[in-house]
Amino acid sequence: MATEAAHHTAMSLAEQLPVLQVLVPFLAAPLIVFVGHRGLAWLVAFVTSAAAFVIAGLMLGQVIGGGVIYYHIGGWAPPLGIEYRVDATNAFVLLLVSGISTIVLPYARQSVASEIPLRHHALFYACYMLCLTGLLGVVVTGDAFNVFVFLEISSLSTYVLVAQGSHRDKRALTAAYDYLIMGTIGATFFVIGLGMLYMATGTLNMADLAARIASQGANRTVIAAFGFIVVGMGLKAALYPLHLWLPNAYTYAPSAVTSFLAATATKVAIYVLMRFMFSVFQPAFLFEGNTLEFLIMPLAVMAMFAASVIAIFQTDLKRLLAYSSIAQIGYMLLGIGMLSQTGLTAAIVHLFNHGITKAALFMGVGALVFRTGGSFFDRVQGMGKTMPWTSGAIVIGGLSLIGVPGTAGFVSKWYLVQGALEKGWWPVAVLIVVSSLLAVIYVWQIIEALYLQAPAKDIPAGEAPATMLIPMWIMALACIYFGLATDITLGAAQAAAQGLLAGSSGMLSH
Amino acid sequence: MGDSATFEFVVGHANYWLFSVLMMTGLYVVVARGNLVKKIVGLNMFQTSVFMLYISMGRVDGGTAPIFPVDMEIDPAVIYSNPLPHVLILTAIVVGIATTALGLSLIIRIREEFGTIEEDDILVAERILAAEDDKAHGEAMGGRT
Repeated sequence: MATEAAHHTAMSLAEQLPVLQVLVPFLAAPLIVFVGHRGLAWLVAFVTSAAAFVIAGLMLGQVIGGGVIYYHIGGWAPPLGIEYRVDATNAFVLLLVSGISTIVLPYARQSVASEIPLRHHALFYACYMLCLTGLLGVVVTGDAFNVFVFLEISSLSTYVLVAQGSHRDKRALTAAYDYLIMGTIGATFFVIGLGMLYMATGTLNMADLAARIASQGANRTVIAAFGFIVVGMGLKAALYPLHLWLPNAYTYAPSAVTSFLAATATKVAIYVLMRFMFSVFQPAFLFEGNTLEFLIMPLAVMAMFAASVIAIFQTDLKRLLAYSSIAQIGYMLLGIGMLSQTGLTAAIVHLFNHGITKAALFMGVGALVFRTGGSFFDRVQGMGKTMPWTSGAIVIGGLSLIGVPGTAGFVSKWYLVQGALEKGWWPVAVLIVVSSLLAVIYVWQIIEALYLQAPAKDIPAGEAPATMLIPMWIMALACIYFGLATDITLGAAQAAAQGLLAGSSGMLSH
Repeated sequence: MGDSATFEFVVGHANYWLFSVLMMTGLYVVVARGNLVKKIVGLNMFQTSVFMLYISMGRVDGGTAPIFPVDMEIDPAVIYSNPLPHVLILTAIVVGIATTALGLSLIIRIREEFGTIEEDDILVAERILAAEDDKAHGEAMGGRT
């Protein structure tokens, strides 16, 4: 007890980082509502998001060498209390989420001003902060039920953010409603899975769950729980046949929201999927290996092809990119399905690289919408001349989407192909390359529309404002930077993959 | 003997039967009903079934309500039910209420914009919008139809 007390008095702010990660944006949301002024609301949101980014960076610095931060909420030790647990995997995802949020916010200022009525701005930023809180909370927590609570915080605020697009197109409302129904079914499936895990093990702490499942082995309750959790998270992650909410939600949401969500929300769901598949359940279990190889992998390959083909036949640039997102999620799931160090590294690197690529692309499209009033090809065509910077950023993002050497997309696809070859699955390697060719087709369509066609008559000329261009170009340059300097992303991803593949022993290093 | 074992199995798992039936009913209502409000009601049934699963899970044979006596003199012979699932479900109920409230407010906005809350009519309206888009900007594939 004495050491316990000493431990508590010795706590400095640095030791509170895991809880501050969630608490800072969470408290910013009501603060923004009370402030109510739209300029101040934006400022509070931006400062908060930047603070969250710094916190995530500090924590990644502490755990990149393989360490783990344990934080007991309110001093209650697990399994009774809720534990926040940060290792290389979640620190990496935390940095991605808070970083994207911080870069999207300056961009959001003008984009939101043109797409959402003034009186809703303060509430919009409050919702944005709640969404950020939820996403960060899902990633930082080490308690399975806490994941559900944060997941719903982020999802509920996401539905509101998507519905804000209704001032441009009323279909945003039905898109948000569909998303709400499917997202809630997904979350409820997840809770059913957790309930079954609790029945089988008597705990909800992830490390405890992992240890008990490992020692008692699989039984039917555990297998059913696995099924419910995979389907539930699959819905949130837009795993191929469960993706129906995604295209409309991304198409009709405000541009800034799409940029933020496309880069973070599905990625966080993929993270939870990885955490449960590898850390909580044992990859060694036959049912899990079979699920990955005979269910997740084929669905991932189908996503890569089906979604890419549909993307080719789109006339709306934003919708094209939404379908491309479904295909790219396929690549991540393929890497997870390989169940190997290289495959998992590829999945985690792609999670990051696709995040920055799609953020750059959706911000570019948002800038086109800002100037031309629409994202249909016949509205944005010829903009290569009038909006050279925006178009340039879109081209770089497009190249990264294909996986051209020198861009971030290449690194992850290279590892993915290597992972497939390591396993001797050369047909899968061929499929990865062939599906990339489909990406070449749709990216070429974008380039053709932007550069090789004459602009429509009534389009006002002029480049997007600097507040939109700078965040967009930070993302575009990041696509190139992380394509050349791969040490940071690959190092973190390899550490993360190692921790995940260690299974329950990776959870129990204390 | 076999009959009584079956009877035991059916009655002994009453909470699971209730959970399964309620869950599937809720899910069916969400999928089969065209009225947006009825879909939300179905979603509520679906979520409630999970609440029941958790609450029944916390029950301990012969256990009483998990409340300590005021004088805090705890008799070790007394068995208490497990309060943890109940507490979890309090949180889940709050999430459920928030979801319902948000869903209903979305329905109000949909009614304002589309003039209907029947899914079939909304689909017709959206098809007309999509056809207008196609006419103005060229044929596209996929979408919500």
